[in-house]
Amino acid sequence: MFDLLEKKPVILLLLAAVVIMIGTTVTMIAPFKWINDPSQKIVGVKPYTPLQLEGRDLYIREGCNNCHTQTIRPLVADVARYAPGSTDGYSKVGEFVYDQPHLWGSRRTGPDLARIGGKYPDAWHYKHMEDPRSMVPKSNMPGYGFMKQPLDISLTERKMKALGFPYTPEELDAVRGKTEMDAMVAYLQKLGNDIPWRKAAADAPLVGNLTNPFAENVAAAAETGKVLFQQNCVQCHGVDLKGGIGPDLKTSALSEGDLFSKIFQGKGGMPAFGDTLGKEKVWKLVSYISSRKGLK
Amino acid sequence: MSLKTGYSDDVTRGFLTWSIIWGLVAVLVGVFISFQLVFPQLNFPPYLTYGRLRPIHTNAAIFGWGIGSFMAMFYYITQRLTKVPIWSPGLARFQLWLFNLVIILAAVSLAMGYTQSKEYAELEWPIDILVVILWVIFAVNIFMTIMKRKEEQMYVSLWYIIATLVGVAVLYLVNNASIPVSLFKSYSAYAGANDANVQWWYGHNAVAMVLTTPPLAIFYYFLPKITGVPIYSHRMGIIAFWSLIFMYLWTGAHHLLWTPVPDWVQTLAMGFSIILIAPSWASVFNGYFSMNGQWHQMRDNYLVKFLIFGITFYGLQTIQGPSQAIRTFSAFIHYTDWVPGHVHMGALGWVSLVLFAGIYYLIPRLYNTELHSVKLANAHFWMATVGQLIYSISMWVAGVQQATMLHATNADGSLHYTFMETLAEMYPYWHMRAGGGVIYLVSLLIFIYNIIKTIRSGSAVGETLRATGAA
Ligand code: HEC
Ligand code: HEC
Ligand code: HEM
Ligand code: HEM
Repeated sequence: MFDLLEKKPVILLLLAAVVIMIGTTVTMIAPFKWINDPSQKIVGVKPYTPLQLEGRDLYIREGCNNCHTQTIRPLVADVARYAPGSTDGYSKVGEFVYDQPHLWGSRRTGPDLARIGGKYPDAWHYKHMEDPRSMVPKSNMPGYGFMKQPLDISLTERKMKALGFPYTPEELDAVRGKTEMDAMVAYLQKLGNDIPWRKAAADAPLVGNLTNPFAENVAAAAETGKVLFQQNCVQCHGVDLKGGIGPDLKTSALSEGDLFSKIFQGKGGMPAFGDTLGKEKVWKLVSYISSRKGLK
Repeated sequence: MSLKTGYSDDVTRGFLTWSIIWGLVAVLVGVFISFQLVFPQLNFPPYLTYGRLRPIHTNAAIFGWGIGSFMAMFYYITQRLTKVPIWSPGLARFQLWLFNLVIILAAVSLAMGYTQSKEYAELEWPIDILVVILWVIFAVNIFMTIMKRKEEQMYVSLWYIIATLVGVAVLYLVNNASIPVSLFKSYSAYAGANDANVQWWYGHNAVAMVLTTPPLAIFYYFLPKITGVPIYSHRMGIIAFWSLIFMYLWTGAHHLLWTPVPDWVQTLAMGFSIILIAPSWASVFNGYFSMNGQWHQMRDNYLVKFLIFGITFYGLQTIQGPSQAIRTFSAFIHYTDWVPGHVHMGALGWVSLVLFAGIYYLIPRLYNTELHSVKLANAHFWMATVGQLIYSISMWVAGVQQATMLHATNADGSLHYTFMETLAEMYPYWHMRAGGGVIYLVSLLIFIYNIIKTIRSGSAVGETLRATGAA
């Protein structure tokens, strides 16, 4: 039979096409029946607003997906790092139903961004986008200062219509006078911010003993705490703890237990450090902050 | 058309010249983005940032260098294997200009930020349409030549060529389906996990139909030509061919392990990836066994070195690939530098070495002369191999180290390293990779110098009546 094929190019061509279509049908065409099924819908996930959509298009234009992924895998390390404070914060099908195209990416030169929304205050993003190394000294992310230019809104409405996303005149108006940076930050702040479990995770109070295990030996703990602070916190609270994007910590009224909870769980623009640093290091930070309180 | 042979080779000459130029561009950009990762000051926004240049690198490499050379060689090979001239030399010449137009438009539009964002399918829809026209012209011309052939039996290279023509067409059309908003902007026709699944069905089969079947067609043609002995087993070639094109299409989701794409799709991809070792290695063995009694040629014949190292890297690539497709191993190395290490062993080792062999073989024949310097060709070979090995090995080590650090946890379940602590460890490896890239770039310049000298010493006119109508 093969000998015959080698003399009949048309049959060879057709047969090759058929052979190619078998795997294609099973693994590419058939899954359309299951993927994005209405039963996988997540209630909180809404289509993009005009401003967020423009931001997403800028993300595509700049090729941020060449360095950043947007899918968190159900692996311990992935969840702890990119969906801190949860155990099931990995990505689900329902999160992506409005993503045309998907932006999952294939390479994590930088961190995953699927849950970046709400992790930092807007002010952090503006500074970081303009000059990443001012916030994270060893970063190799390009600076995007030029994105302070006005946003091109000539296609906004056409884009919303093309994707069939609902919008109000007010929302459409809201893109007027915005910069590209505004749109980009609006998009970043949306990412992962509409998934219900996340809010639950952040609001649950910490259980367990909230007393400083280093109370006996604060000075030594504060020494390590200082190093940790310089690595993780100065970009927002300043070298002198006097604040910047985050508040002045020298005047903080929080108790040690509350300081611990705040750092461990984060909240309102303060990132959660519990999963990335662990209890011990967080207590060392608390020791450091306590030791600086009231000092000039 | 050549008076001596009756074949039409000017289009092969044209495609080779341009594919080498685009190959140089691809490697220059590759080296540049390697340096950007170590010295972020080298980003010059808006046009020359890493995010916009990386797709220019991959498109110039795969489409400019890869496809450009394939087009050159497919035209050459098809005429020889069918014993008839190209069906339409005029269409082929038009195709060369359309090809260059597409690559230039691709580079400019990607630098401007016009992109669909899907890997290897970045080009916006108007350029996609040009690509489709380009491919249809190419496919029809090659296929019609085959239809008119004087040699009844089709040699294995022709099957791989036919599979490439159909495969690429199907993949490209499906994955690029989009909803245009303006001339410069469109949205994918698929959403979310569906889009991802279609994309990697495409992405992995771009590996199959662009980085595997065409170099195999070329390998199967040139190995006997260069060594003077026939391919070891025709039968093994047949079985490998059909099972390869059958299995590849099931494996796309190995790029999506642990993502929200349905588990069964991932599991199928994993299984088929593993059995894909068999047809891949059938070709490797076919190459090795053909060398029985001929191994001394590895020393005496520089072209054999390129081909045998090429097929060896292909063999390594097709063991490493399936192992990456296993869930547990993927959990570890996916998203890390390990993957660029894998990619470039294939791209620099397998694809490029085979193309170099083909070009060294063809240029003296197309210009009626001898190669300018075999010594330089040997220098090229060793530097390219060393550069590639530095690249791949440094990236594998980097990938394993970063993966180990990213997954390390403390006793209380918290992570041992922050992301930035892992990234800081990558810099020495990225320096090494950039160094390997520079070595490869120098080897490429030596190659180009050698080719230019060769062309200068010969002439296409002697054999060919050029230009209008005469043929
Ligand atoms: C060269 C690769 C690269 C490119 C391109 C890139 N980034 Fe980054 N990005 C990084 C790295 C590395 C980090 C981690 C260090 C840091 O925070 O700067 C990072 C961090 C980030 C963070 C903070 C993440 C976190 O959890 O702390 C955000 C947000 C971000 N990038 C957004 C973007 C956007 C938006 C773009 C496109 C306009 C972009 N990046 C392009 C490499 C890149
Ligand atoms: C991305 C910027 C950012 C980083 C990095 C950051 N913080 Fe904060 N932090 C904030 C913001 C914003 C707030 C205010 C939160 C709010 O509105 O409740 C805050 C609040 C706090 C508070 C509560 C202060 C109070 O009196 O309410 C503490 C304590 C604190 N941060 C400690 C830290 C420590 C320790 C680190 C390093 C491990 C750190 N922060 C890193 C932005 C940051
Ligand atoms: C010496 C020359 C080259 C250098 C220095 C180089 C460098 C690079 C770099 C730095 C990246 C980005 C890796 C990352 O995301 O971390 C990359 C990606 C890539 N390059 Fe090259 N490259 C070279 C040659 C080539 C050639 C000749 C080809 C193809 C024939 C090629 C194909 C690719 C592909 C397909 C990718 C995407 C890989 C992925 O998504 O994982 N490269 N290259
Ligand atoms: C049996 C054959 C092969 C198998 C099963 C295979 C498997 C894989 C897997 C699983 C990945 C994804 C890695 C990850 O992201 O975690 C990958 C990536 C890749 N492979 Fe292979 N591989 C094979 C052969 C080849 C060959 C011959 C080439 C030729 C150059 C190649 C080029 C690539 C490229 C370019 C990518 C990167 C895609 C991207 O992320 O953008 N592979 N391969």
